[in-house]
Amino acid sequence: MGTQMKKTYKIEVDCANCANKMEEAAAHTPGVKSATVNFMTLKMIVEFEEGQDPKTVMQQVLKNCKKVEDECEIYL
Amino acid sequence: MTKKQRVMLTRILVSAAMLIVLSFLPVTGVIRFILYMAVYLVIGYDILRKAGKGIRNRQVFDESFLMAIATIGAIALAIYEKSGDYTEAIAVMLFYQIGEWFQSYAVGKSRRNISELMDIRPDYANIEKNGKLEKADPDEVEIGSVIVVQPGEKVPIDGIIVEGEATLNTSALTGESLPRDVHVGDEIISGCIDMTGLLKIRTTKEFGESTVSKILDLVENASSRKSKSEDFIAKFARVYTPAVCGAALLLAVLPPLVNMLVLGQFADWETWIYRALTFLVVSCPCALVISIPLSFFAGIGGASKAGVLVKGSNYLETLSQTRIVVFDKTGTLTQGVFEVNGIHHSGMDEEKLIEYAALAESASSHPISKSLRRAYGKEIDRGRVTDIREISGGGVIAKVDGREVAAGNDKLMDRLNVDYIDCHSVGTIIHIAIDGKYMGHIVISDVIKPHSQEAIRRLKAAGVKKTVMLTGDAEKVARQVAGELGLDEVYSELLPAGKVEKVEELLKNKPEKEKLAFVGDGINDAPVLGRADIGIAMGAMGSDAAIEAADVVLMDDDPLKISKAIKISRKCLRIVYQNIVFAIGVKLLCLGLVAVGAAGMWLAIFGDVGVMILAVLNAIRALFVKNL
Repeated sequence: MGTQMKKTYKIEVDCANCANKMEEAAAHTPGVKSATVNFMTLKMIVEFEEGQDPKTVMQQVLKNCKKVEDECEIYL
Repeated sequence: MTKKQRVMLTRILVSAAMLIVLSFLPVTGVIRFILYMAVYLVIGYDILRKAGKGIRNRQVFDESFLMAIATIGAIALAIYEKSGDYTEAIAVMLFYQIGEWFQSYAVGKSRRNISELMDIRPDYANIEKNGKLEKADPDEVEIGSVIVVQPGEKVPIDGIIVEGEATLNTSALTGESLPRDVHVGDEIISGCIDMTGLLKIRTTKEFGESTVSKILDLVENASSRKSKSEDFIAKFARVYTPAVCGAALLLAVLPPLVNMLVLGQFADWETWIYRALTFLVVSCPCALVISIPLSFFAGIGGASKAGVLVKGSNYLETLSQTRIVVFDKTGTLTQGVFEVNGIHHSGMDEEKLIEYAALAESASSHPISKSLRRAYGKEIDRGRVTDIREISGGGVIAKVDGREVAAGNDKLMDRLNVDYIDCHSVGTIIHIAIDGKYMGHIVISDVIKPHSQEAIRRLKAAGVKKTVMLTGDAEKVARQVAGELGLDEVYSELLPAGKVEKVEELLKNKPEKEKLAFVGDGINDAPVLGRADIGIAMGAMGSDAAIEAADVVLMDDDPLKISKAIKISRKCLRIVYQNIVFAIGVKLLCLGLVAVGAAGMWLAIFGDVGVMILAVLNAIRALFVKNL
């Protein structure tokens, strides 16, 4: 069993619904096992699938999030 | 205000000012168009860009798209009609932006309001090295190290005090404003603020396992699970926006065609296209998609400020439907600590009797002996005690100050041929005989928490139909506690597995809509916490098992917090339903008025922005839970 890959990123998003959109976009990105956006603390917690490189996956996550919510930001 | 908000506010003010000035300038034709377009772009360029991007990314039906279509359409209509009336289109954009700005400001404000809780994260731990204090990363402090906490600092890691005493502020953890005094030997949990004295603490946990980390983890991971209302709105918005766009299209095309082809009248395209555009402005679902998640955000935030941590909005929803509350007895309704609860038939000064009992029992580490010593309260002078004999299954006989003291149960008294008076109180009875003469008995029992009775009463007042107590204790004890507190049902002498069975039985026999909450202290009842509709753990300030097993965590162990938590959830859900009904209702009304031509663009702006601002204000109300 590999180690569980879970990382927390600081994000910037304006409304609670946009946060939900980001969460959905991130969760549907290949390589992401699950994603949670916490609007209260402005954090995104991403759990990666085994053998995935968080850096490359997160680039794609950011891209997908920008697609659904233009004004969001993830600090990688 | 963030930088973004300042920029937006400037844009709003500038374009509003420009709009007012323009309305007094007698310009016409192309120049008029150019000037008005300048205002339009100042206020709306980002919306247009977003709408464009949305189309490219196949995220067509969002608010920006609706706003862009409605405003561009209105401008096109104004050009076609040569009316030169661009004000309405700009006003739509302007008010939309005001609404968005307001929403973002309100969110920022409430976030700051909640973020006090987040302030508990300690940044460093002081470690003494060669007589000097050094700041270390709390993550790198090993178990068993001694850390130093100075007045004004946060306790970074759980541990035991080895030196110093202080008054702690635990309000960030418990919502309890009363400070707590701690001394050498006391356990101390991370996240408290040392207000007065220098403390040296031997750590008992790693930083990652410390209370403060667990709590932060919980709060940061909260809201990961969506409530049914949020799911409903998300689904609703997915269907709703395309549907109103379709309806608007029909409104623009169908009536003119009917007029022209069926009735043979003048088609009147302009009127119907204008109505369709107005229709689009009203239809923007912002009020719903923004205010519903915001209500839960505020509800969870408000709850955590009151020391009630809710792990997700779905739990807040379930909590609000709670009709049956099942309690674990020990540690939940009672203190779980044994205390001297009464002294009866004492043949001497009561304090003296306790003193003799405490001295006689001074060699024992049994919880009963400990509570006797606690009741005595003073230092035990072992020199006064000699010839201690433990009588197994009976008690202790010892010489105190030269007198023979026997302390124990009725069997011991029988054995010594001492006549004793039976006690009808519930608990452990310690009979005392001195020099063969009966001197009365001491009752030691688990004490009901001071607020338990009030807590049950408030739960009933809050609409809880049934209160049940489960305990591993003897029936007599259980009945007495249940009677005193006014509980509806009690099941005693249960093993941990038996508690799960009982809860399952209760779950089976209740209606689907009435939810069952189980309240425990997290020790030994993790399976039950998991089995109930909603598991509430009390006293996160002690057991971290509780934090993991439960859905709702009460930071301190005051049972009053249970009804408070339920009330907070009710308030939040009430706001959610109010917003759903209000927003959909007003929108449908406005849509109807617009479709028949009874209302114009200004009403549409109210139907969009006005409703949103009201819904957001209402949502923010969920944050205020102090007087519940």
